[in-house]
Amino acid sequence: MNMQEKTTPSLEVFLRGLWQENPVFVMLLGMCPTLAVTNKVVNCFAMGLSAMFVLVMSSLMVSLLRNYIPKQVRIASYIVIIATFVTIVDYVIQSISLDLYDSLGAFIQLIVVNCIILGRAEAFASRNKPAKAVLDAVGMGLGFTFALLCLGVVREALGNGTLLMDTPYEISLFGAAFEPWAIMILPPGGFFVLGLQILFFNWLRKKLTQRNASAAGA
Amino acid sequence: MNTESLSSIFINAAIVNNFVLSMFLGICPFLGVSAKKETAIRMGLAVIFVMLVSSMCAYGINIVLDIAGTPYLRLICYIAVIASAVQLVEMVIKKFSPALFRALGIFLPLITTNCAILGLALFQTQKEYNFLQCLVYALGAGAGFTLALTIMAGMREKLDLAEVPDIAQGAAITLILAGILSLAFMGFAGLGG
Repeated sequence: MNMQEKTTPSLEVFLRGLWQENPVFVMLLGMCPTLAVTNKVVNCFAMGLSAMFVLVMSSLMVSLLRNYIPKQVRIASYIVIIATFVTIVDYVIQSISLDLYDSLGAFIQLIVVNCIILGRAEAFASRNKPAKAVLDAVGMGLGFTFALLCLGVVREALGNGTLLMDTPYEISLFGAAFEPWAIMILPPGGFFVLGLQILFFNWLRKKLTQRNASAAGA
Repeated sequence: MNTESLSSIFINAAIVNNFVLSMFLGICPFLGVSAKKETAIRMGLAVIFVMLVSSMCAYGINIVLDIAGTPYLRLICYIAVIASAVQLVEMVIKKFSPALFRALGIFLPLITTNCAILGLALFQTQKEYNFLQCLVYALGAGAGFTLALTIMAGMREKLDLAEVPDIAQGAAITLILAGILSLAFMGFAGLGG
Protein backbone atom coordinates (compact mmCIF):
# COMPACT_ATOMS: atom_id res chain seq x y z
CA MET A 1 0.00 0.00 0.00
CA ASN A 2 2.85 2.37 0.79
CA MET A 3 4.84 1.53 -2.27
CA GLN A 4 3.53 4.26 -4.56
CA GLU A 5 6.42 5.76 -6.41
CA LYS A 6 6.60 9.25 -7.71
CA THR A 7 5.96 7.92 -11.19
CA THR A 8 2.48 6.48 -10.59
CA PRO A 9 0.26 8.01 -13.28
CA SER A 10 -2.23 10.51 -11.92
CA LEU A 11 -5.24 8.69 -13.33
CA GLU A 12 -4.25 5.55 -11.51
CA VAL A 13 -3.81 7.44 -8.23
CA PHE A 14 -7.35 8.70 -8.67
CA LEU A 15 -9.02 5.45 -9.73
CA ARG A 16 -7.29 3.28 -7.16
CA GLY A 17 -9.51 4.54 -4.36
CA LEU A 18 -12.64 3.68 -6.26
CA TRP A 19 -12.00 0.04 -6.94
CA GLN A 20 -8.59 -1.57 -6.42
CA GLU A 21 -8.03 -0.14 -2.97
CA ASN A 22 -11.58 0.77 -2.06
CA PRO A 23 -11.32 1.89 1.58
CA VAL A 24 -14.41 -0.02 2.74
CA PHE A 25 -14.64 -3.16 0.64
CA VAL A 26 -10.93 -3.90 0.26
CA MET A 27 -9.03 -2.23 3.07
CA LEU A 28 -11.83 -2.50 5.65
CA LEU A 29 -11.25 1.00 7.00
CA GLY A 30 -13.87 3.34 8.37
CA MET A 31 -16.30 0.59 9.25
CA CYS A 32 -18.08 2.39 12.08
CA PRO A 33 -19.72 5.19 10.08
CA THR A 34 -20.22 2.77 7.21
CA LEU A 35 -22.43 0.59 9.33
CA ALA A 36 -24.04 3.28 11.43
CA VAL A 37 -25.32 5.87 8.97
CA THR A 38 -26.28 3.71 6.01
CA ASN A 39 -29.91 3.12 6.96
CA LYS A 40 -30.95 6.05 4.76
CA VAL A 41 -29.63 7.10 1.36
CA VAL A 42 -29.63 10.80 2.32
CA ASN A 43 -27.38 10.09 5.28
CA CYS A 44 -24.96 8.26 3.01
CA PHE A 45 -24.61 11.30 0.77
CA ALA A 46 -24.13 13.64 3.71
CA MET A 47 -21.63 11.38 5.42
CA GLY A 48 -19.71 10.62 2.23
CA LEU A 49 -19.42 14.25 1.22
CA SER A 50 -18.45 15.43 4.70
CA ALA A 51 -15.78 12.76 4.96
CA MET A 52 -14.54 13.64 1.49
CA PHE A 53 -14.28 17.33 2.37
CA VAL A 54 -12.30 16.57 5.51
CA LEU A 55 -10.16 14.07 3.62
CA VAL A 56 -9.31 16.47 0.80
CA MET A 57 -8.62 19.47 3.04
CA SER A 58 -6.52 17.56 5.54
CA SER A 59 -4.58 15.77 2.79
CA LEU A 60 -3.81 19.13 1.27
CA MET A 61 -2.67 20.60 4.58
CA VAL A 62 -0.60 17.56 5.52
CA SER A 63 1.02 17.52 2.11
CA LEU A 64 1.83 21.24 2.24
CA LEU A 65 3.30 20.93 5.72
CA ARG A 66 5.04 17.61 5.12
CA ASN A 67 8.55 19.09 5.29
CA TYR A 68 7.85 21.13 8.42
CA ILE A 69 6.22 18.58 10.74
CA PRO A 70 8.81 16.70 12.83
CA LYS A 71 8.54 12.93 12.51
CA GLN A 72 7.99 12.32 16.25
CA VAL A 73 4.84 14.40 16.58
CA ARG A 74 3.36 13.79 13.15
CA ILE A 75 0.36 11.70 14.24
CA ALA A 76 -0.66 14.28 16.84
CA SER A 77 -0.29 17.07 14.28
CA TYR A 78 -2.39 15.19 11.73
CA ILE A 79 -5.13 14.64 14.30
CA VAL A 80 -5.24 18.32 15.20
CA ILE A 81 -5.49 19.26 11.49
CA ILE A 82 -8.27 16.72 10.96
CA ALA A 83 -10.15 17.78 14.09
CA THR A 84 -10.12 21.39 12.91
CA PHE A 85 -11.78 20.55 9.60
CA VAL A 86 -14.27 18.22 11.28
CA THR A 87 -15.31 21.04 13.61
CA ILE A 88 -15.95 23.21 10.54
CA VAL A 89 -18.07 20.50 8.89
CA ASP A 90 -19.95 19.94 12.12
CA TYR A 91 -20.98 23.61 12.39
CA VAL A 92 -21.79 23.88 8.66
CA ILE A 93 -24.14 20.87 8.71
CA GLN A 94 -25.78 22.15 11.86
CA SER A 95 -26.54 25.41 10.08
CA ILE A 96 -27.76 23.80 6.84
CA SER A 97 -30.18 21.25 8.21
CA LEU A 98 -30.88 20.44 11.83
CA ASP A 99 -32.83 17.30 10.87
CA LEU A 100 -29.86 15.90 9.01
CA TYR A 101 -27.59 16.81 11.90
CA ASP A 102 -29.83 14.97 14.36
CA SER A 103 -30.10 11.85 12.24
CA LEU A 104 -26.34 11.59 11.76
CA GLY A 105 -25.88 12.08 15.49
CA ALA A 106 -22.36 11.98 16.84
CA PHE A 107 -21.04 10.40 13.66
CA ILE A 108 -20.13 13.72 12.08
CA GLN A 109 -17.80 14.48 14.96
CA LEU A 110 -16.56 10.92 14.88
CA ILE A 111 -15.09 11.57 11.41
CA VAL A 112 -12.03 12.63 13.43
CA VAL A 113 -11.30 9.02 14.26
CA ASN A 114 -12.19 7.66 10.83
CA CYS A 115 -9.16 5.54 10.01
CA ILE A 116 -9.40 6.32 6.29
CA ILE A 117 -8.45 9.95 6.84
CA LEU A 118 -5.56 9.35 9.21
CA GLY A 119 -4.46 6.40 7.08
CA ARG A 120 -4.27 8.47 3.89
CA ALA A 121 -2.50 11.32 5.71
CA GLU A 122 0.14 8.92 6.98
CA ALA A 123 0.48 6.64 3.97
CA PHE A 124 0.10 9.03 1.07
CA ALA A 125 -0.26 12.75 1.75
CA SER A 126 2.84 12.98 3.93
CA ARG A 127 4.99 11.63 1.11
CA ASN A 128 3.58 13.28 -1.99
CA LYS A 129 3.13 16.67 -3.60
CA PRO A 130 -0.09 18.59 -2.81
CA ALA A 131 -1.72 18.07 -6.23
CA LYS A 132 -1.27 14.32 -6.11
CA ALA A 133 -2.37 14.14 -2.48
CA VAL A 134 -5.60 15.96 -3.33
CA LEU A 135 -6.22 13.65 -6.27
CA ASP A 136 -5.72 10.62 -4.06
CA ALA A 137 -8.02 12.10 -1.42
CA VAL A 138 -10.79 12.77 -3.95
CA GLY A 139 -10.48 9.20 -5.25
CA MET A 140 -10.62 7.70 -1.77
CA GLY A 141 -13.48 10.00 -0.79
CA LEU A 142 -15.48 8.94 -3.84
CA GLY A 143 -14.68 5.31 -3.11
CA PHE A 144 -15.98 5.77 0.43
CA THR A 145 -19.14 7.51 -0.76
CA PHE A 146 -19.68 4.78 -3.36
CA ALA A 147 -19.39 2.09 -0.68
CA LEU A 148 -21.80 3.94 1.62
CA LEU A 149 -24.32 4.24 -1.21
CA CYS A 150 -23.99 0.53 -2.07
CA LEU A 151 -25.08 -0.28 1.45
CA GLY A 152 -27.55 2.54 1.86
CA VAL A 153 -29.52 1.78 -1.29
CA VAL A 154 -29.99 -1.87 -0.34
CA ARG A 155 -30.84 -1.15 3.28
CA GLU A 156 -33.33 1.60 2.57
CA ALA A 157 -34.97 -0.19 -0.35
CA LEU A 158 -35.56 -3.36 1.65
CA GLY A 159 -36.07 -1.75 5.03
CA ASN A 160 -38.50 0.95 4.02
CA GLY A 161 -39.41 0.31 0.40
CA THR A 162 -38.18 3.76 -0.68
CA LEU A 163 -35.17 5.64 -1.93
CA LEU A 164 -34.18 9.12 -0.69
CA MET A 165 -36.64 8.98 2.19
CA ASP A 166 -37.23 12.23 4.13
CA THR A 167 -36.40 14.42 1.13
CA PRO A 168 -38.65 16.08 -1.46
CA TYR A 169 -37.40 13.54 -4.02
CA GLU A 170 -38.64 10.45 -2.22
CA ILE A 171 -39.26 7.51 -4.55
CA SER A 172 -41.51 4.64 -3.54
CA LEU A 173 -40.21 1.40 -5.02
CA PHE A 174 -42.65 -1.39 -4.36
CA GLY A 175 -46.05 0.26 -3.87
CA ALA A 176 -48.29 0.26 -0.82
CA ALA A 177 -48.58 -3.51 -0.44
CA PHE A 178 -44.88 -3.86 0.40
CA GLU A 179 -44.15 -5.08 3.90
CA PRO A 180 -40.83 -3.45 4.97
CA TRP A 181 -38.08 -5.65 6.38
CA ALA A 182 -37.57 -3.68 9.56
CA ILE A 183 -34.44 -5.65 10.32
CA MET A 184 -32.59 -3.95 7.46
CA ILE A 185 -32.85 -0.52 9.08
CA LEU A 186 -31.88 -1.89 12.50
CA PRO A 187 -28.24 -2.58 13.45
CA PRO A 188 -28.08 -6.30 12.48
CA GLY A 189 -29.11 -5.41 8.93
CA GLY A 190 -26.00 -3.27 8.57
CA PHE A 191 -23.74 -6.16 9.53
CA PHE A 192 -25.54 -8.61 7.23
CA VAL A 193 -25.60 -6.37 4.16
CA LEU A 194 -21.96 -5.34 4.54
CA GLY A 195 -20.90 -8.96 5.07
CA LEU A 196 -22.77 -10.12 1.98
CA GLN A 197 -21.45 -7.25 -0.15
CA ILE A 198 -17.85 -7.97 0.84
CA LEU A 199 -18.56 -11.59 -0.07
CA PHE A 200 -19.88 -10.47 -3.46
CA PHE A 201 -16.91 -8.19 -4.17
CA ASN A 202 -14.47 -10.94 -3.21
CA TRP A 203 -16.22 -13.26 -5.64
CA LEU A 204 -16.21 -10.64 -8.41
CA ARG A 205 -12.55 -9.90 -7.90
CA LYS A 206 -11.68 -13.61 -8.00
CA LYS A 207 -13.63 -14.09 -11.23
CA LEU A 208 -11.93 -11.08 -12.84
CA THR A 209 -8.47 -12.28 -11.84
CA GLN A 210 -9.22 -15.71 -13.22
CA ARG A 211 -10.43 -14.29 -16.50
CA ASN A 212 -7.39 -12.02 -16.83
CA ALA A 213 -5.12 -14.96 -16.08
CA SER A 214 -6.77 -17.20 -18.67
CA ALA A 215 -6.74 -14.37 -21.24
CA ALA A 216 -3.02 -13.89 -20.65
CA GLY A 217 -2.45 -17.65 -20.90
CA ALA A 218 -4.29 -17.95 -24.23
CA MET B 1 -29.00 17.74 34.58
CA ASN B 2 -29.79 14.12 33.95
CA THR B 3 -31.41 12.15 36.76
CA GLU B 4 -31.08 8.63 35.39
CA SER B 5 -30.22 6.06 38.08
CA LEU B 6 -26.72 4.62 38.08
CA SER B 7 -27.80 1.01 37.58
CA SER B 8 -29.92 1.86 34.58
CA ILE B 9 -27.04 3.83 33.03
CA PHE B 10 -24.77 0.83 33.47
CA ILE B 11 -27.19 -1.72 32.00
CA ASN B 12 -28.08 0.63 29.17
CA ALA B 13 -24.48 1.21 28.18
CA ALA B 14 -23.33 -2.38 28.60
CA ILE B 15 -26.20 -4.40 27.17
CA VAL B 16 -29.22 -2.58 25.77
CA ASN B 17 -27.33 0.01 23.74
CA ASN B 18 -24.17 -2.03 23.45
CA PHE B 19 -21.50 0.23 21.96
CA VAL B 20 -20.32 -2.32 19.42
CA LEU B 21 -23.43 -4.21 18.45
CA SER B 22 -26.12 -1.57 18.42
CA MET B 23 -24.26 1.73 18.09
CA PHE B 24 -21.47 0.58 15.77
CA LEU B 25 -18.67 2.15 17.74
CA GLY B 26 -15.29 0.44 17.87
CA ILE B 27 -15.84 -1.92 14.96
CA CYS B 28 -12.18 -1.89 13.87
CA PRO B 29 -10.75 -3.52 17.01
CA PHE B 30 -13.88 -5.66 17.19
CA LEU B 31 -12.99 -7.20 13.83
CA GLY B 32 -9.24 -7.04 14.32
CA VAL B 33 -8.54 -8.33 17.82
CA SER B 34 -11.34 -10.84 18.23
CA ALA B 35 -9.46 -13.88 16.90
CA LYS B 36 -8.42 -15.20 20.33
CA LYS B 37 -10.29 -15.08 23.64
CA GLU B 38 -7.29 -14.20 25.76
CA THR B 39 -6.23 -11.19 23.68
CA ALA B 40 -9.85 -10.11 23.45
CA ILE B 41 -10.25 -9.94 27.24
CA ARG B 42 -7.00 -8.04 27.69
CA MET B 43 -7.84 -5.62 24.93
CA GLY B 44 -11.18 -5.10 26.66
CA LEU B 45 -9.47 -4.28 29.94
CA ALA B 46 -7.16 -1.78 28.24
CA VAL B 47 -10.18 -0.13 26.62
CA ILE B 48 -12.08 0.05 29.94
CA PHE B 49 -9.09 1.77 31.53
CA VAL B 50 -8.68 4.28 28.72
CA MET B 51 -12.43 4.94 28.79
CA LEU B 52 -12.40 5.70 32.52
CA VAL B 53 -9.45 8.07 32.19
CA SER B 54 -10.77 9.88 29.15
CA SER B 55 -14.29 10.11 30.60
CA MET B 56 -12.94 11.85 33.70
CA CYS B 57 -10.78 14.15 31.58
CA ALA B 58 -13.64 14.97 29.24
CA TYR B 59 -15.75 15.98 32.24
CA GLY B 60 -12.98 18.31 33.38
CA ILE B 61 -12.43 19.75 29.91
CA ASN B 62 -16.10 20.53 29.63
CA ILE B 63 -16.06 22.64 32.78
CA VAL B 64 -12.97 24.50 31.62
CA LEU B 65 -14.37 25.12 28.13
CA ASP B 66 -17.68 26.34 29.59
CA ILE B 67 -15.83 28.85 31.72
CA ALA B 68 -13.65 29.93 28.79
CA GLY B 69 -16.69 30.09 26.49
CA THR B 70 -15.04 28.20 23.63
CA PRO B 71 -17.21 25.15 22.90
CA TYR B 72 -15.78 24.82 19.38
CA LEU B 73 -12.48 23.62 20.84
CA ARG B 74 -14.19 20.62 22.44
CA LEU B 75 -13.41 18.06 19.74
CA ILE B 76 -9.74 19.01 19.51
CA CYS B 77 -9.30 18.91 23.29
CA TYR B 78 -11.01 15.53 23.62
CA ILE B 79 -8.89 13.90 20.96
CA ALA B 80 -5.68 15.32 22.43
CA VAL B 81 -6.57 13.98 25.88
CA ILE B 82 -7.48 10.56 24.53
CA ALA B 83 -4.22 10.35 22.61
CA SER B 84 -2.24 11.09 25.77
CA ALA B 85 -4.27 8.60 27.83
CA VAL B 86 -3.52 5.89 25.28
CA GLN B 87 0.17 6.77 25.38
CA LEU B 88 0.05 6.37 29.17
CA VAL B 89 -1.62 2.97 29.00
CA GLU B 90 0.88 1.89 26.39
CA MET B 91 3.83 2.77 28.61
CA VAL B 92 2.28 1.02 31.63
CA ILE B 93 1.57 -2.19 29.70
CA LYS B 94 5.00 -2.20 28.09
CA LYS B 95 6.61 -1.93 31.52
CA PHE B 96 4.52 -4.55 33.34
CA SER B 97 3.68 -7.09 30.65
CA PRO B 98 5.84 -7.10 27.51
CA ALA B 99 4.09 -10.28 26.33
CA LEU B 100 0.70 -8.58 26.36
CA PHE B 101 2.29 -5.57 24.66
CA ARG B 102 3.39 -7.78 21.78
CA ALA B 103 0.05 -9.61 21.62
CA LEU B 104 -1.91 -6.37 21.29
CA GLY B 105 0.55 -5.07 18.72
CA ILE B 106 -0.67 -2.28 16.49
CA PHE B 107 -4.12 -2.27 18.11
CA LEU B 108 -2.85 -0.63 21.26
CA PRO B 109 -1.88 2.71 19.68
CA LEU B 110 -4.98 2.36 17.53
CA ILE B 111 -7.17 2.70 20.64
CA THR B 112 -6.64 6.41 19.96
CA THR B 113 -8.70 6.12 16.83
CA ASN B 114 -11.22 3.80 18.47
CA CYS B 115 -14.47 5.65 17.96
CA ALA B 116 -15.99 4.05 21.06
CA ILE B 117 -13.79 6.22 23.25
CA LEU B 118 -14.39 9.53 21.52
CA GLY B 119 -18.05 8.53 21.20
CA LEU B 120 -18.25 7.99 24.95
CA ALA B 121 -16.84 11.45 25.63
CA LEU B 122 -19.30 13.04 23.19
CA PHE B 123 -22.35 11.14 24.44
CA GLN B 124 -21.75 11.87 28.11
CA THR B 125 -21.58 15.57 27.26
CA GLN B 126 -24.73 15.33 25.19
CA LYS B 127 -26.62 13.54 28.00
CA GLU B 128 -25.37 16.01 30.63
CA TYR B 129 -24.31 13.35 33.13
CA ASN B 130 -22.75 14.39 36.43
CA PHE B 131 -19.34 13.11 37.47
CA LEU B 132 -20.48 9.85 39.08
CA GLN B 133 -22.85 9.10 36.21
CA CYS B 134 -19.97 9.66 33.75
CA LEU B 135 -17.81 7.11 35.54
CA VAL B 136 -20.58 4.51 35.59
CA TYR B 137 -21.33 5.20 31.95
CA ALA B 138 -17.67 4.67 31.03
CA LEU B 139 -17.52 1.47 33.06
CA GLY B 140 -20.71 0.16 31.44
CA ALA B 141 -19.58 1.02 27.93
CA GLY B 142 -16.22 -0.64 28.54
CA ALA B 143 -17.85 -3.73 30.01
CA GLY B 144 -20.17 -3.94 27.01
CA PHE B 145 -17.25 -3.62 24.62
CA THR B 146 -15.34 -6.38 26.43
CA LEU B 147 -18.45 -8.58 26.48
CA ALA B 148 -19.02 -8.22 22.73
CA LEU B 149 -15.34 -8.78 21.97
CA THR B 150 -15.15 -11.92 24.14
CA ILE B 151 -18.31 -13.50 22.77
CA MET B 152 -17.09 -12.81 19.24
CA ALA B 153 -13.68 -14.33 20.00
CA GLY B 154 -15.37 -17.46 21.36
CA MET B 155 -17.41 -17.78 18.18
CA ARG B 156 -14.38 -17.25 15.95
CA GLU B 157 -12.38 -19.88 17.82
CA LYS B 158 -15.16 -22.36 17.03
CA LEU B 159 -15.22 -21.13 13.46
CA ASP B 160 -11.60 -22.20 12.98
CA LEU B 161 -12.81 -25.79 13.07
CA ALA B 162 -15.49 -25.24 10.45
CA GLU B 163 -15.00 -25.26 6.71
CA VAL B 164 -15.60 -21.79 5.33
CA PRO B 165 -15.66 -21.18 1.56
CA ASP B 166 -12.66 -19.36 0.15
CA ILE B 167 -14.32 -16.07 -0.69
CA ALA B 168 -16.11 -15.84 2.67
CA GLN B 169 -12.92 -16.10 4.71
CA GLY B 170 -11.94 -13.20 6.94
CA ALA B 171 -14.09 -10.10 7.09
CA ALA B 172 -17.19 -11.39 5.31
CA ILE B 173 -17.93 -14.30 7.63
CA THR B 174 -16.97 -12.26 10.70
CA LEU B 175 -19.46 -9.54 9.77
CA ILE B 176 -22.25 -12.02 9.22
CA LEU B 177 -21.50 -13.57 12.61
CA ALA B 178 -21.56 -10.09 14.13
CA GLY B 179 -24.97 -9.58 12.54
CA ILE B 180 -26.33 -12.69 14.23
CA LEU B 181 -24.84 -11.58 17.55
CA SER B 182 -26.36 -8.14 17.15
CA LEU B 183 -29.72 -9.77 16.45
CA ALA B 184 -29.40 -11.63 19.76
CA PHE B 185 -28.60 -8.42 21.62
CA MET B 186 -31.71 -6.76 20.21
CA GLY B 187 -33.64 -9.07 22.51
CA PHE B 188 -32.54 -6.87 25.41
CA ALA B 189 -34.23 -3.78 24.00
CA GLY B 190 -36.35 -2.02 26.61
CA LEU B 191 -34.62 -3.69 29.53
CA GLY B 192 -32.91 -0.59 30.96
CA GLY B 193 -35.93 1.68 30.47
